Amino acid sequence: MIYFNNVTKAYKDGLALDDITITITAGEFVSIIGHSGAGKTTLTKMILAEDSPSLGSVFFESVDIHKLKSKELTKLRRRIGVVFQDFKLLPNKTAYENIAFAMEAVGKTDEEIASDVPHVLELVDLSNRLNHFPDQLSGGEQQRLAIARAIINQPELIIADEPTGNLDPVNTHEIVQILKKINDLGTTIILATHNHGVVESVAKRVITMENGKVIRDTKHHK
Amino acid sequence: MTEFKRIIKAGFINFKRGGLVSFAAVLIVTITLSVITAIILLQAVLYFSLNTIKDKVDVTIYFNVDVGEDKILALKKTLEKLPEVQDVSYTTADEANKNFRLRHANDYATIAALDEIGVNPLPATLNVKTKQISQYGTIANFLKSDSALALGSANIINHASYNKLVIDRLNIIISGAQKLSFLVTIILIILSLIITFTTIRLTIFIAREEIGVMRLVGASKMRVRGPFMIEGAIYGLLSTFITLLIFVPITIWFGRNMTNFLSINLYDYYMSNFLQIFAIILISGILFGVISSFLAVRKYLNK
Repeated sequence: MIYFNNVTKAYKDGLALDDITITITAGEFVSIIGHSGAGKTTLTKMILAEDSPSLGSVFFESVDIHKLKSKELTKLRRRIGVVFQDFKLLPNKTAYENIAFAMEAVGKTDEEIASDVPHVLELVDLSNRLNHFPDQLSGGEQQRLAIARAIINQPELIIADEPTGNLDPVNTHEIVQILKKINDLGTTIILATHNHGVVESVAKRVITMENGKVIRDTKHHK
Repeated sequence: MTEFKRIIKAGFINFKRGGLVSFAAVLIVTITLSVITAIILLQAVLYFSLNTIKDKVDVTIYFNVDVGEDKILALKKTLEKLPEVQDVSYTTADEANKNFRLRHANDYATIAALDEIGVNPLPATLNVKTKQISQYGTIANFLKSDSALALGSANIINHASYNKLVIDRLNIIISGAQKLSFLVTIILIILSLIITFTTIRLTIFIAREEIGVMRLVGASKMRVRGPFMIEGAIYGLLSTFITLLIFVPITIWFGRNMTNFLSINLYDYYMSNFLQIFAIILISGILFGVISSFLAVRKYLNK
């Protein structure tokens, strides 16, 4: 599904990614672990085409992501759900509107939005927070809302970049369980984290990064 | 259509939730539109003032006392045919006498002296106004030319009052004032545009992360940009109404207190041209808002 082909990303202060070649197949749950600055976030940014490689290519299925035109990229992003450490919710929109916006972006009708949004908010246990703005929600609630937004359009892939970085252990556990459930339903998950506990509880493939390089790729973590 | 409705709705909601940021943007656009309205009114004042001055400039041809009316009217007809001439008015000797007596009604000694003469000493006159102030020289030259002499003008004209130096200087002042006002107008409009654009850019700068997130969840460029453009249009619309309201009391004050000084009642002018001013301000306001938003969002929409 995702193929990094000898990807290098150089910034002024050094290499963020150094000749990365990895393949992620559909339905996998891949945890990418490493210290801050190891290159995890840069790797996820490459899949979303938020950043482009200095050398090499990144493929989504058979498409070179960085050769896509703006409109095609927009369409590709609709097939990917994203969850960030800092949630990146739309601050001027309520919980309901944040989810509705993602549905509007892919062209869903008002009827579909009215029927699906309450349902997905119920799934992440936020049905009583429908009309709350992000700043009126706790960290855990904001992250659950971000996950709800990420899954609402049934994406083929979810990228979660440090989704538990700002959460306490209880909320961290909840988020990991939600991600595992989503993966059980067939969605590919890429989870970037520096938290070994999270990786242990997921117990799936782990890619370890250091100084922009893949130093270990354990297919079946126990 | 659904997309369009959603964009409009989102624009209104964003404006409402924008709070202080929306208020600041409306305030700045209002200032810009006020500058434009003030410029429109200043141009009117300048136009009327210059016209009043121009109206006071003319060439008066004084005829000899015994000249027959037919000769004067023949010259009048010839003058009216000149392309430079806007208007020629004829004052008979009797009318000149009557006007003189009216003007000096309180000056007993002058009226008594006029009565003492017994006959009307005042000549008939032709008052010539040209289309352009610079054309008075042409009229003066015509009166000395062969074609005027053929009409016997040398025998019938006593003299023509025409002060070349004053008219030339006036001409320089008027064209200078027009050029200066044009320059000031351009500078003020450019400054206002820069201030408006910068303010709207700041409001969008605040939302730059939001723009990035919208793009990441797969929103099209138009879906991201549209609500900001609608917000910009709302800034323009609201600012238009505020500006037009502000200028009602201002022009009333000017109308009451400055009409003689400005040679125009600004309130009457404002009201009689309200629709045109409304259209100019509304279109400018909405265009400023929409174009500024369009350009400001573009920076954060790269991918």
